[in-house]
Order: sequence, then structure tokens, then C-alpha cells
Amino acid sequence: MAYNKRNDGRKFEEMRPMEAKVGVVKNAAGSAMFRMGKTIAYAAVYGPRELHPKFMQDPKRGKLRCNYNMMAFSGSGDRVRPGPSRRSKEISLVTEKALYPVLDLEEFPKTVVDVFIELLQTDAGTRCAGICAASMALADAGFKMKDLVCAVSAGVVGKTTVVDLDYSEEAWEEGSTDIPIAVMPRTGEVTLLQLDGEVSKEELQKAIAMAKEACKQIYEVQKEALRAKYQEE
Amino acid sequence: MGQLFVEEKKVVVPGDVLAIGMDYLPAGGAFRDKDKVIASQVGVASVNERLIRVIPLAGNYVPQRGDVVVGKVSDMTYSSWFVDIGYAYEAVLSIKEATSDFVERGAELTDYFMIGDYMVAKLVNVTKSKAMDLSLRGPGLRKIQGGKIISVTPAKVPRIVGKGGSMINMIKDATGCNVIAGQNGRIWISGKDPDMERKATEALMLINDKAHTRGLTERVRAFLGLKGEENGVQ
Repeated sequence: MAYNKRNDGRKFEEMRPMEAKVGVVKNAAGSAMFRMGKTIAYAAVYGPRELHPKFMQDPKRGKLRCNYNMMAFSGSGDRVRPGPSRRSKEISLVTEKALYPVLDLEEFPKTVVDVFIELLQTDAGTRCAGICAASMALADAGFKMKDLVCAVSAGVVGKTTVVDLDYSEEAWEEGSTDIPIAVMPRTGEVTLLQLDGEVSKEELQKAIAMAKEACKQIYEVQKEALRAKYQEE
Repeated sequence: MGQLFVEEKKVVVPGDVLAIGMDYLPAGGAFRDKDKVIASQVGVASVNERLIRVIPLAGNYVPQRGDVVVGKVSDMTYSSWFVDIGYAYEAVLSIKEATSDFVERGAELTDYFMIGDYMVAKLVNVTKSKAMDLSLRGPGLRKIQGGKIISVTPAKVPRIVGKGGSMINMIKDATGCNVIAGQNGRIWISGKDPDMERKATEALMLINDKAHTRGLTERVRAFLGLKGEENGVQ
């Protein structure tokens, strides 16, 4: 059966409704919330602070340490078990690598900047929502950045290339391919590209192009949220 | 001829293109990417002829040589103290820099500073890897006792101090409190009247929260219950 119409009635290149807010965690140096449909991510930034064990310190620049976590009640109950796991460890690592290229931590040698990403509710695309929230939180904390990072998943459901898959699409019976992509929208450079499933060369190219286009919309939402914090009332 | 995309005092975020053209130059908080000048921090844009700058609205304290900071003694050795100045690592105050007294071998260091004591000190040396030396030699540098200490965003200290100290002097005069603002965002407030200390604190927090808005001086003046001054608007 071909996937001609999306389960929630969206167009193929249409994303779920987005919402973003910064400064949601007052205790943190910077924080942000990013919602993509039913997926909700919170990110809080702490530091720069002392890094231990000492051998991990870099005398030339600060380090970035991310921690991705799905809250215990966040899933729909039939997917991965939330909490620390091999999966969350991997996502923490790829998030770090997706964000590090934009971040300038040379002013803070030997330190670490901690980014905690918590998923309140999940409906696929969690690592992308997490990256979007984390890059806003880092900007909110006042770090020097080359650009914001936007992330969205693209993929192939059946034979159809779509952007921003929800859980029903990701778990589509006849197979689907999920490709999370993070980009620096100003230059279009890709900082994260993962692939889970099978895909042809043409489909991959199309998926990346669609995701990059979608990221431009995310970029505007992120920037607007950052500016909104300082809007005069 | 280049093209400018921002107005003075506009809030910008990282990645915002501020101007196109080689005739515009990036200063603090901005950088150049080919022919574009891009913002690298959340802040307000400031254009001075060809120079484009982003005055940050948030950010961590980056220690620099010459900064006067408010610090707290966190640990000590045989001949020095470790002082928390709001950076990830501590600064060192050696006995030689702490006092002009002659200190005998084996003297009790706690006679000068105990752990938990506060001071106004100057960063006399900051290495590239942020090893920091403090000194108390200089006017106004000393141990501080009494009063209270509040923390503000380090990026907003220049606004709190104001042009040539105008803002901080206004608060001092209106409340009768002694106020010392460290570059690290810690501010010491000391006055005889607790109500006035509170008023000074609230005025400082008002600046901290509204630093990006227009007419800040007027707002603070109104808060302190002062009349408009004859030398007019800023």
C-alpha cells in the first residue's frame, strides 16, 4: 500500500505545529522549550564550571556536555523504555557533536558547559526537538555562537518522502526510513545526519533538501522566541 | 557601498546578518563571514559609523586583567587564599598582595582573611588558561564587612555603573548607601538604613532586568523618587 496521504493530514513537506520559548528555567544560565507537535523538549544550560576528572579538561577551550533524557512518563508506553540507556547515551553524544561547531568556548578554558535536555512528551523527532531547544538555551545563556542549530527529521514512508515524521509514520508497518538532520541554516552546513532504514540515493537527496527547507522555518521560530524575551512590554 | 540591516538598540540573536559589505567592520559580539557582518550573541546592536557592535544582554563573566571584582575566600594555603570570583575556577590572592604589613614566617593567615570573607580586589594577572592573581594594593581595594552582596548578569555591569559612574552615583546619592559593583556581577551594598539598602537593591535589579530598554536612566530616577534633572535626557 502506498503512503499517499499522511496520517494527520499534513502535506508531505509540512511540519507539525511548532512553539518555542526561552527562559523557562530561571535557575539555569539559559533555558528553552521547543515543541514540535506532540514532542516537547526542555533544555537548560549550566556553567561554564569546573570539569572533573581533570584529564578531561582542555586547556585551550571549554567542553560541551549534553545529557538527553526522556522523562519516565513521556512515551506512549509501547516504544523504548525511558531513562538512561544505550540509546540516550548515543543521542547525548550526537547532540554534543551537532551543537559544538557553532559554539565558541575559547574564553572558558578547562571548563565544561552542561546542557540538560529533558523530553516531557514524545512523539518521534525527539533528538531534533532537543537540539533545537538546546541551541536556543545556549544562545539565551549568552554564549558566542556562529549560528543557531535547527534540526528536523525527514524520511521515507512507504515510497513517499516526507518531512518531520511523527510516531505513526516512523512505525509504519510496511517500513519507513527516519533521517534526523541538523543544519546551521545561514550557511546550510549539516552538523547531524543519521539514518535508520533503507533509502535510495534520490530519496536521500530529496529528504535532505526538504529538511533544509523546513529548518529555515524552525530558524525563524527560534529567533523570534529569543527576541520575545527582550520585547518591551 | 554596503547595506545595513539593523537599527541602533535593536535586539539581535546569533546568526542575524547585521550588514553586508566590506565597508562595515565587526566589533565585539559580531564577526565577519565573507562580506557579511553577523551577530554572535544575544544583545542589542550598536552602530558607530562603520563599526557594528553587539552589546550583550546575557553571558558569563570572562575574567580580564585589571577588573575590579567582588570575591569570597573559599580556601587557603600556607601563603595564599583561593578566592571565588564567579568564574569556574578560583583566583589566587597571595599574602604579599593582600597586605602591606610585614608578615612573619608562620604567622596566622586567618588574622587577615577567614574562609567566607568577602573582598573587593583587582585582577592583576590573568593567563590564557585563566590562572588568575588578585591584589588588594590599590585605592578602594579591601576586605568588606557588613552590608549585603547581590548578583547580577555580568554583562549588565556597565549599565549599572553608567557613563562615568552616573547611574551608580545616582543610586548612592538617593539611598545614602555605599555601593561597589564588581565586574564579575557581584555588587556590595552597605548603608545605615536597611530600608535604603533594600531600595538600592531593587533599583539595581531594575537595571538588571530592563537594561535593554529605552529611557532606563529616567526609569531608575523615577523609581528612586528623584525629579528630572536639568541636564536633560540621555
